[in-house]
Amino acid sequence: MRPTSRSFKANARGALLDPGLQKALARAKDGFIGRRRDAVAALPEFESLRATARDIKQHTLEHLDTYLLRFEAAVQAAGGQVHWARDAGEANRIVVDICRRAGAEHIIKGKSMVGEEIAVNPALEREGFDVVETDLGEYIIQLAKEPPSHIIAPAVHKSRSDVAALFSEHHGAGSESASSDEPEVLLNEARRVLRDRFMAGDAGITGANFLVAETGSIVLVTNEGNGDLSSTLPRTHIVLAGIEKVVPTLEDATTILRVLARSATGQTLTSYTTFVTGARRAADPDGPQAFHVVLVDGGRSDMLAGEFRDMLRCIRCGACLNHCPVYGAVGGHAYGWVYPGPMGSVLTPLMVGLGEAQALPNASSLCGRCESVCPMMIPLPRMLRALRERANREHHVSWIQRSALRAWGAIAHRPALYRVFASAGARAIAALGRRGGRLPGSGPWTDYRALPRPEGRTFMAEARTRLGNRLR
Amino acid sequence: MSESHPRPRAALFVTCLVDLFRPGIGFAALSLLERAGFETVVPRRQTCCGQPAYNSGDSETARRIARDVIVAFADADVVVAPSGSCTGMLRLHYPRLFAGDPEWEERAREFAGRCRELTEVLAEHAEAIDAPPCAADAAYHDSCSSLREVGVKAEPRRLLARVPGLRLHELDEPEACCGFGGAFCVKFPEISAHMADVKIGDARGTGASLLIGNDLGCLLHLEGRMRHRGLDIRARHIAEVLTRQPERRRDE
Repeated sequence: MRPTSRSFKANARGALLDPGLQKALARAKDGFIGRRRDAVAALPEFESLRATARDIKQHTLEHLDTYLLRFEAAVQAAGGQVHWARDAGEANRIVVDICRRAGAEHIIKGKSMVGEEIAVNPALEREGFDVVETDLGEYIIQLAKEPPSHIIAPAVHKSRSDVAALFSEHHGAGSESASSDEPEVLLNEARRVLRDRFMAGDAGITGANFLVAETGSIVLVTNEGNGDLSSTLPRTHIVLAGIEKVVPTLEDATTILRVLARSATGQTLTSYTTFVTGARRAADPDGPQAFHVVLVDGGRSDMLAGEFRDMLRCIRCGACLNHCPVYGAVGGHAYGWVYPGPMGSVLTPLMVGLGEAQALPNASSLCGRCESVCPMMIPLPRMLRALRERANREHHVSWIQRSALRAWGAIAHRPALYRVFASAGARAIAALGRRGGRLPGSGPWTDYRALPRPEGRTFMAEARTRLGNRLR
Repeated sequence: MSESHPRPRAALFVTCLVDLFRPGIGFAALSLLERAGFETVVPRRQTCCGQPAYNSGDSETARRIARDVIVAFADADVVVAPSGSCTGMLRLHYPRLFAGDPEWEERAREFAGRCRELTEVLAEHAEAIDAPPCAADAAYHDSCSSLREVGVKAEPRRLLARVPGLRLHELDEPEACCGFGGAFCVKFPEISAHMADVKIGDARGTGASLLIGNDLGCLLHLEGRMRHRGLDIRARHIAEVLTRQPERRRDE
């Protein structure tokens, strides 16, 4: 999708004025935060598990080439194929090619954030394939022609009446959604419609939560089982995964699984945790005849080589979104690309460029709650700051802003001069405050808050008369 | 420099916001530190901790200011700031700013080891803090840096528990940011105000008429928002509450 991160401010303003969205966000936030809190409280070793999970991923990243090659060999040994894609274009060409050679017409999809990242659906549709999302949330937003607004709850911004309206519009005469927006009615209807699509699927595309180097397995974590149907029913199964998804062993994958669902939804485990290894073997009752894994780089090698390596530990649980007060205020679409919230504010500038997404790392109070709940202990505030630094260095920040900061720095470096400015400032604000006036350029403060009321003299001025030689 | 004085010397890091807007907090902090048994001084060559530059991605300017601060506080036994966010800057971020610098990394670490947040210090001498009565329902606002950079949560509550008449209520979401965030509050004022409203809603839910905190940035932002909305909750720094009875709001 074409990013609109550049207009984050305008997007955010719109989101804050959308009462339906505000309601959905408030409801989702309370649920996610409370459920995670309970899950963590019920597992005394959660904190030490976080550290273990971080160490596993960090070790893997330090030897990423080794584990990726080991994974490829294991996939091949299990009768599958691994494809390497440098970027979105390459990945989409590979997927289209596989589908074409498989003679596929109908393609069913499990939820995949990499799929969103490379925009695989439009790429397939352009080539004439019929693509249907099978995760309920993804299905809803596919009907609405919208991108996901949350990485694990893509339709979190939709109310059930929104969903009922979409279903009755798209599901034709037999739709009960025209008369009911009861979740059970909606769910049954989606299930009925999707069942036919599942049975007609020629190729299935899923993401992967982990790639296991020792066995060549991919791990799928879902709550609907749609990923399992997408991977077992069609003749061809295509897995889309970022290169950072690999872990060395099954033991490692299961260790990280223990923090994943708890951080995401507060579940101990999701309803379905499926290990898929290779294509169907002779003795297997079901499964695809062909098994392909498309490994996508898409900027990850650059992250691996630089100061953003820690970001590659991300397991896409969404905890940072759920606990972010900015995400909670504006929702996912405001961020303007695939990944929202704190993780998105780091990934988007790195994947689509700081020129487009410079606002995102700034749109944070650096409150640090994201880092404190991240199961992989990613120092998100530090990365947001590093991106601000880079934006400064690469002149994505206006000359005026940079010069103003440097001028302020030069004054702060000279205490005597600083006192002059501080005293004048305190007096001016105090005088204005008494008259209820405004300072030129103070709108961003005074449009939303009353002006502070200084006591009139600065501490340092007062200290000169009151502290004697204790001021030194 | 050290006199033949048995008391440890605490140097007050005033913070630029206290200097500019509420000098009273600085003097309250000094008086509280004296009561806690410290000899107090105020180094005159201090200005700001450098966060505005650091958080805007201008580390070069931040380092320049950091070096000034480290030099200005060279002879203090302990550096005390009445702010979680400045303490976090001095203690956590200065060593990061100078990572790899052969001279300054070590100096920044040594300096960081002497830096403490006001309530952290006072809580160790809570019995010496003879706070005046304050008959009010109050809620405590933890600043994000106090919670997550400095690790201060129980300390202010322990101190406030000793204020006669004060009924302290817990917010539902004490971990949530109030939306100040330094320059964030003017760069993204709508989002910042929305976050303030969530926090204010939480505080109103407790029935508090007084919101107490240890970071003036948060307090100016929240108080400004409450006055803008015409709400009758006052915001006070904990040093003010511990030293004097809260006066009525100045616009009342």
